[in-house]
Amino acid sequence: MTAEEPLLQATNLHTWFELRQWGFLRVGSVRAVDGVNFELGRGESVAFVGESGCGKSSLARTLLGLHKPTHGDVIFEGEHLSELKGEARRQYLARVGYVQQDPFGALPPFMDVRRLLSEPLIIHGVTDRDERERRIRKVLEEVRLTQVDEILPKFPHMLSGGQQQRVVIARALLLEPAMLIADEPVSMLDASVRVEILNLLRRIQQERELTLAFITHDLSTVRHYADRIFVMYAGRVVEQAPVERLLDNPQHPYTCALLAAIADVDADNALEERAVPDGEPPSLLHPPEGCRFHPRCPQAMAGLCDRQDPPLFEPEAGHYSACWLQDPERG
Amino acid sequence: MNRWMQGLRELKGYPSAVGGLGIILFLVALSVYTVITIPYSEALDRWRGGEHWQMHPVNAGPVWADRLLGGNLPQTRVVESENAEVREAPFEGGKQVRIPLTFEYDNEGFPSELNLFLNQKGTQQEAFVRLTWHTPSGEAIPLGGQRVSEESRISISQNRALEGRLGMVPHVGLFAGDSDPADPEAERGEYRLTIDAMLFDPTAELEADLAVYGRVHGLAGTDYQRRDLMLALMWGTPVALAFGLLAAVGTTITTLVIAATGVWFRGWVDALIQRLTEVNMILPMLPILVMVGTLYSTSIWLMLGVVIALGIFSAGIKTYRAMLLPIREAPYIEAARAYGAGNARIILRYMIPRILPVLIPTFVTLIPTFVFLEASLAVLGLGDPQLPTWGKVLNDAQEQSALYNGFYYWVVAPAVLLMLTGLGFAMFGFALDRVFNPRLRTQ
Ligand SMILES: Nc1ncnc2c1ncn2[C@@H]1O[C@H](COP(=O)(O)OP(=O)(O)OP(=O)(O)O)[C@@H](O)[C@H]1O
Ligand code: SF4
Ligand SMILES: [Mg+2]
Repeated sequence: MTAEEPLLQATNLHTWFELRQWGFLRVGSVRAVDGVNFELGRGESVAFVGESGCGKSSLARTLLGLHKPTHGDVIFEGEHLSELKGEARRQYLARVGYVQQDPFGALPPFMDVRRLLSEPLIIHGVTDRDERERRIRKVLEEVRLTQVDEILPKFPHMLSGGQQQRVVIARALLLEPAMLIADEPVSMLDASVRVEILNLLRRIQQERELTLAFITHDLSTVRHYADRIFVMYAGRVVEQAPVERLLDNPQHPYTCALLAAIADVDADNALEERAVPDGEPPSLLHPPEGCRFHPRCPQAMAGLCDRQDPPLFEPEAGHYSACWLQDPERG
Repeated sequence: MNRWMQGLRELKGYPSAVGGLGIILFLVALSVYTVITIPYSEALDRWRGGEHWQMHPVNAGPVWADRLLGGNLPQTRVVESENAEVREAPFEGGKQVRIPLTFEYDNEGFPSELNLFLNQKGTQQEAFVRLTWHTPSGEAIPLGGQRVSEESRISISQNRALEGRLGMVPHVGLFAGDSDPADPEAERGEYRLTIDAMLFDPTAELEADLAVYGRVHGLAGTDYQRRDLMLALMWGTPVALAFGLLAAVGTTITTLVIAATGVWFRGWVDALIQRLTEVNMILPMLPILVMVGTLYSTSIWLMLGVVIALGIFSAGIKTYRAMLLPIREAPYIEAARAYGAGNARIILRYMIPRILPVLIPTFVTLIPTFVFLEASLAVLGLGDPQLPTWGKVLNDAQEQSALYNGFYYWVVAPAVLLMLTGLGFAMFGFALDRVFNPRLRTQ
């Protein structure tokens, strides 16, 4: 991480979804994001990993301003997201691009490529048609859709999955963002184009010096595309570290279990299978007392882990882990 | 857009689309022709009735129907003095005029009425006329004499004294020759009405028009006020189409926007819209329209407004809501929010266009339901008081017990046009449904 001011900071971020019965009775909250703190520097690429339902997408949407945080805030380029209104909020939205999981679903099916790429520009006040056309062409070339004239009049269903995702990426880049958030950008694509798309994202990230935050289940390839990894569990970041250190020297028992799960299955399945340790995923409605992982943790310490929530420890510089095992005072 | 073009091209493969479109185009062409040839104000003016129709028969059937059945019923003919050999003989302080009005009669059955229109010009003095009827067999029947002022109408058919003498109504008796009064038959040949007039001013002129009213008239026949039904049938077309189209557009668009707004904002907005819809759904449309019509005005534009107003929160909202709910969660809408699209833009540009193709067939089939609604209102006596419409014709027919009296054409023609409208739009709509509704297409 660089010493300069971070691009984005999440401070004590919570996103809870109220659960209602019969439309009005509050019966509890789904704590999809439950006290997350991190900083993202300019030009770095970070990966979020964690089992299904641990709140990765909710975190991504909160960063994008699509969910209002229940507590805490997102600070982007020094400005608090919750305080942005009107035009300033729109400016923020232009600064953060979004790449979704399902490329076909992410494109309005009734608009051709030219139209759907014009939309963000129109919304952000680019009224000149030629100017829009110029910017659309430029960005399509950047995502390597070089047959621009062929692509522009097509409707999403006429494109291949890989082409669709390139159009989605192009749309995310149109407004010259400082950051891209990609939620499992390749998980719905054909295996043959996954690497291409990941390489494309990495290349664009490096050329444009963007901050790239992407969510992935694929720990086996994450090494090539991320500088740092955040491991999420039950709405929290339980371990964060530069990618090599985390993969080679995992600290948190949950991370160890995740990595063990990939090592177990053979290479082909590793791409498909979701690496999940044994046991039930925790309820986000009533998270376990103490360490949220303790019901499944092989190293759980009775009397400590089931009572007290572990804080973030820093066993080595830049490597954080929320586990009592890393408590330096533990003797 | 190319999706639409593709759909249209596909439509050609459906006979029902071609047939339906043919009917619709015919109705549209008829509307355009009508509006151009009979301007709105003229149509209203004529439909009010009166003098314009005095040369038309009462309750005459269509000519073609009679001829098709091999009949030879008389059409109205007017014998004018302009073409007659008028003889004049002056005398002290005036002149004597003899006008023979001659015509050939070779139809079956009898005329429906006999009227003589006299018009004396160039004087204030009343004239005296004496009428004599000459039958083909040479019989001369005096019809009596009377004073006439400038313009007068002598209703020969209403002449009670004559009726008494003939033993039959005059327009039958004068044509019956010496056939059996119980079952009279028309005598064919040349008839003549001689008018002997004394004009008490040498400069005066007398014009006479003898109207021998027929029993069949034109393409559509006439009603009890002598009005040509063709006028109402023709003008009914643009009125019906405009009413149906405007009501369908008005209700569909407003309903769609409101449904989408509710789905998008959720919470109390949606709840309010839902409750309003439920309340509105149990409000009966027809009685409300009847109430408005009875208490306020039956203007067709007011009715259109009420129909649209009641249609805004119609059951359609529930359907559209069900269609829009999954779309609300579509990733492309989340993406749009992420690049800054506002609420209005999302509703109008991202949600509604998504279900529009599916709604077009419904929209097309909705048009005739409003056409029928307007006709129903008219039949209930709540039609526009001035406009000639199909419903008004049916209403008049009903009030005059048309079917009981055997004036079938009075009911059949507007009913056929209504059915044709329904059929055209339904056929076209069903074909559209197959093209634009992917679920049906795969079957
Ligand atoms: N809009 C919402 N309303 C209510 N609950 C939600 C909403 N979005 C997500 N959740 C809940 O929050 C939890 C976390 O969901 P989220 O989509 O963030 O998980 P995820 O880590 O992205 O999972 P996956 O890997 O399957 O995509 C889930 O239990 C989900 O049911
Ligand atoms: S805190 Fe305890 S239960 Fe939680 S991961 Fe560490 S050892 Fe396991
Ligand atoms: Mg997700």
